[in-house]
Amino acid sequence: MNRAPPLTQLQSTAEPGAASSSPAGNGAPSGRSKAAPKAGPAGEAAPVEARSLLATAWLRIRRSRIALLSLCVVVAIVLFAILAPFLSAVSGNDPFTSNTSPEVLDDFETPGLPLPGYMYPSAGHWLGVEPGLGRDLFARLAHGGQVSLTIALLSTAVSVVLGTVLGAAAGYFGGKTDAIISRIMDLFLAFPHLLLVLSLTPILQSRLRDTPLGQGSFLPMASLVIILGFFGWAYLARIVRGQVLSLREREFVEAARSFGASHLSILFRQVIPNVMGVVLVYGTMLIPTNISAEAALSFLGVGVKDPTPSWGQMLNAAQSGNWYLSDPWFLAVPGTMLIVTVLAFNLLGDAVRDALDPKASRH
Amino acid sequence: MIRFILRRSGSLILLLIAVSFITFTLFQLGPADPASAACGQECTPERVAEARVALGMDQPFLVQYADYMRGLVAPRMIGAPGAESVCQWPCLGKSFQTNEDVSDIIGRSLPYTLSMAIGALVLWTVSGVGLGLLAALRKGSATDKFIVGAASVGVSLPIPVTGLFLLLVFVNQLHLLPFTTNEIASPLGPQGPWAWVLNYLLPWIALAVLFSASYIRVTRTNMIETFGEDFIRTARAKGLAPRTVTFKHGVRAGITPVVTMLGMDIGLLLGGAVLTEQIFSVPGLGFTAVRAAISGDLPVTMAITMLAAFFVIVANVVVDLAYAAIDPRVRLQ
Repeated sequence: MNRAPPLTQLQSTAEPGAASSSPAGNGAPSGRSKAAPKAGPAGEAAPVEARSLLATAWLRIRRSRIALLSLCVVVAIVLFAILAPFLSAVSGNDPFTSNTSPEVLDDFETPGLPLPGYMYPSAGHWLGVEPGLGRDLFARLAHGGQVSLTIALLSTAVSVVLGTVLGAAAGYFGGKTDAIISRIMDLFLAFPHLLLVLSLTPILQSRLRDTPLGQGSFLPMASLVIILGFFGWAYLARIVRGQVLSLREREFVEAARSFGASHLSILFRQVIPNVMGVVLVYGTMLIPTNISAEAALSFLGVGVKDPTPSWGQMLNAAQSGNWYLSDPWFLAVPGTMLIVTVLAFNLLGDAVRDALDPKASRH
Repeated sequence: MIRFILRRSGSLILLLIAVSFITFTLFQLGPADPASAACGQECTPERVAEARVALGMDQPFLVQYADYMRGLVAPRMIGAPGAESVCQWPCLGKSFQTNEDVSDIIGRSLPYTLSMAIGALVLWTVSGVGLGLLAALRKGSATDKFIVGAASVGVSLPIPVTGLFLLLVFVNQLHLLPFTTNEIASPLGPQGPWAWVLNYLLPWIALAVLFSASYIRVTRTNMIETFGEDFIRTARAKGLAPRTVTFKHGVRAGITPVVTMLGMDIGLLLGGAVLTEQIFSVPGLGFTAVRAAISGDLPVTMAITMLAAFFVIVANVVVDLAYAAIDPRVRLQ
């Protein structure tokens, strides 16, 4: 129950009970009796549902110091990324201008290593400059955050939409629809996430190259959003399906049906609004997974590539040429940012789950 | 039980076929042009056309798939007419880069991946289950809070950061450990088991930090739940020693979800720990897959992806069967 998000982190730990009908049933409601009370408070009034959901989460988060802190950190990081152009303008640098003059970068002992005045934070370069090309590290960190977070949030959105619609459809229609969608979910969960994403990203990029999506720095972002989004929906879909299985027998669904509402209308107006709780919980947990995945792929050299910055690309730059061995600073800058971000999102995800998933928060 | 085994094995085979078909489709139809990838640099239109024939891409898609699958049972010929070469059984195609049999490349990488998996597995199971149990036994105490906090942080540590950090500290700064060499593939090699342990210790730790965090969480939650069950109270009421209650009754019942996770993670890790192998330059399956993905060597990436999915699926079924053997209720579902 207190299990980490699906496809945990970079090695993407498989979920117990994920790819088959194993009896552990971690977190996922497996039967009607268990799941029914969960949907209780949400069941009555669909129109106020969305507000009360966030309000419930907020009430809970406000009471926990860790949750509140992680929410603040998340907000700060998102602002940092959104304001990247502004912040780097204030600092007087941009992420792409390189400066390899011998006043900035060493020319003798370790060619390319920033000289003392440019290595660490200073008034001119808030986080120093990059080895090799002498670009401003602060500007790259901020713009890189923009790239990393955009990829993570958009791919999460893709997964959440796919997972919610497909999972709800499987649970609501049952029968053949359910059998087909469930088998597809099993298949998606069987593939080792990182390996598949890693090997398909270059392939997708070669496909996108001649389309409007594949222009310049847009290409790696678009391909990562598509790939991560497309391969990340199955776990959420499984959870949503489990919830819908019990929801579809409830009175309000029956009532809607007796009024002559169409299946699609019931699905989108009655059923899906009532699973927004789990969607919010597992959606929040997908964000750090996708941040890590972007970092992993860019680190491996198949995601975001130089000159476009991202946190993974910056890790890649620190490792290539062993710059991080010359000075740990180049690892510490993107590494700390990445850890703090993933940690804050994970803790926030835990808090949201505790707030909206009473079954999981018994301990 | 036999019916259950048959049913699960049947669905296993279907799933494996489906996985191979989907992987094949993704990798054959996915790329804009596999032939020009195969043909490499200095490509002329004629050479692309030759490559198309050599790859069998002039054939209908289903024929290509059938050819590929036939290679799994018998050797077959690969290459342009006149320049064919034998691809030995089990044939998974030939590398675009080196024209080597893909199965040879995989065979060479597998021992490294196994070495990585075994040690990491032992390390994270012992630490994860041990700490999780400790936290559950001392629920609410400072120890518990510390362990839970550490697990929250551990699950948020990306492998590239931890891996590079470990290399920096233990190899580069403290000189405590050697940099990983690919001369040691197994503990049975001439250098002996101790050199093997030292060689893989850092990758093991990097993996274990991440994995044990989730094991701590799952073990703790399940043990706390189990300790609250009636049969534990009964055992206590009977006057059994606390140690017996904890280990013989509690752990036995509460550990099952951990076994599931373990089975799945073994399957996953056998497909190669992509990031860890890359960081520590261990030439296992994950390392090979990254190289192949970057250079566009489709047969290699495709085969490794397929193999990794196979491992996950088989591990999954093994776990299910183990469960059914332990718990008769499972068979009836």
